[in-house]
Amino acid sequence: MTDIIHASDLTKVFGKSIAVDHISFDVQNGEIFGFLGPNGAGKTTTTRMLTGVIPLDFGTATILGYDIRSEPVQAKQGFGVVPETSNAYTDLTAWQNLMLMGELYGLPRARAEQRSSDLLEMVGLLERKDQKVQAYSKGMKQRLILTMALIHEPELLFLDEPTSGLDVQSTQMILSLLRDLNKQGTTIFLTTHNMEEANRLCHRVGIIHGGKMVAIDAPEKLKTAIDRVHKIEVSFDRELLGDALAGLGGVTGVNRTGDKWQITAGNRDAAIRSLVTFSQQNGAAIVTLNTLAPSLDEAFLRLTQEAKP
Amino acid sequence: MNPSGFPEQVRRAWAIAKKDIRIYYFKGPVLIFGVFMPVFLFLAFFMGSRQLPLSFLISGLIGMTLFFTATAVSPAIFPWEGQAKTLERLASCPITIEAIVFGDMIASLLFGIGITIVTVIIGLALGLSLLHGITLLAAIFLAACCFSAIGMLLAVPPTNVPSNIMMLSSLIKFPLVFISGIFIPLEQMPAWGLVLAVCSPLTYFTDLVRYSFTDTHYFPVLIDTIALAVFTLVFTVITMYLHKRTMPLRM
Repeated sequence: MTDIIHASDLTKVFGKSIAVDHISFDVQNGEIFGFLGPNGAGKTTTTRMLTGVIPLDFGTATILGYDIRSEPVQAKQGFGVVPETSNAYTDLTAWQNLMLMGELYGLPRARAEQRSSDLLEMVGLLERKDQKVQAYSKGMKQRLILTMALIHEPELLFLDEPTSGLDVQSTQMILSLLRDLNKQGTTIFLTTHNMEEANRLCHRVGIIHGGKMVAIDAPEKLKTAIDRVHKIEVSFDRELLGDALAGLGGVTGVNRTGDKWQITAGNRDAAIRSLVTFSQQNGAAIVTLNTLAPSLDEAFLRLTQEAKP
Repeated sequence: MNPSGFPEQVRRAWAIAKKDIRIYYFKGPVLIFGVFMPVFLFLAFFMGSRQLPLSFLISGLIGMTLFFTATAVSPAIFPWEGQAKTLERLASCPITIEAIVFGDMIASLLFGIGITIVTVIIGLALGLSLLHGITLLAAIFLAACCFSAIGMLLAVPPTNVPSNIMMLSSLIKFPLVFISGIFIPLEQMPAWGLVLAVCSPLTYFTDLVRYSFTDTHYFPVLIDTIALAVFTLVFTVITMYLHKRTMPLRM
């Protein structure tokens, strides 16, 4: 896999406050990278630096192989941006906005028209293409913004809170579209507050707090990494003795909760293997077996609290 | 296609100009302001200075029309777009700041030329004879370039509050009208007035317009033309340089 985004020592200072403090990370070709952090952590500032909207004070950012400082136009030609606030021209129609984007990305007119029709149809706005954007709802504006970012078929898509404040229908449409785009090879850099969204969508997430990157990993690894002791919930089709379970390899503790056993394990893999062997040896079928990893919310809170100065 | 190449950036600047014309210039109030503002200023002076010939005042009216229309809207475009966050969209698109500024200049240049042509037609309808048509057209084009650069120069302060820019714009534009030989012929100006007049590009344009209609002029035509060209070049270079510096402060 090659790096589509390579950020090294990225720094932004506003007056006396350091908004982004020497952060470094890479985003690989074809992945969905979630960029998480509490309000004011530096997410939007980082995205704006990567997209060339504001200059870097220190460090380097290479996007699609181009330095965003020295070759901004070439870099911008290859990516699309969906900002947090809708920024289509409200005095223009959806169609006029898309034609403007087509011209700004250097698309031939016929290609821009074809792409616009396809994209508007995909997001359910084709019938309202000649209506001024000021009459659109928030969800419609956000869908239009997405089409504007996609008109030139970018290799990389930056999205800043794309589903914030949207209804379920628009949210689902956008998330499904992002999955499809990623399947077709588009790399996605997603800034979000929504942990569930990040958990379901992202291959890797980076967590920023106080301008510093506190963790980068796959969501599942982040969740498990914050707890050294793992929990497994298991139930059998017949009664078993707790002491027998407590003696199994890898198991450090056993608790009865209703008709289930909650197993505490130092080594989750060893504990599950022991449980399966135990059930076979005792002729007890496993009815349910769940690993109780912390949620991404918990991981996020733990990591951002640990990073507090 | 080289997206950062000059031809491609000019094409994209044209897209910006079309967007500006559609959004900001093709509005009833803007068009009406563009015509009425200079006409009423002209009428005020026409009533108050009956001893000046109509041909002199019409030349001044043409000068004012081009100056006011080419600088009317462009100073407020960046603040408007900064407020609406559409400037951020442009900043993330593959277009240079110079091309965005150039696009805004093209729009104000076309608007200025269009409205000024109407004023020229009014002058002709009032019985003035056009003696040097090509000089007039060249002067209008050159001055429109110069005034649109001034308009963009007025937009340099990185504020997203349009009223701040419009106030600054009025503070600079109105005094310029009074020192540029529009209402007082350069020949009748005191020495200090002439010193101020040579610093205003509007002086040279008005002089060229007067030459086109009356065959009289204060400066030689070549000097007027060179002065306008130099002002255009200097203002354009300064405008682009300063916008490149202040644009990130708007975001």
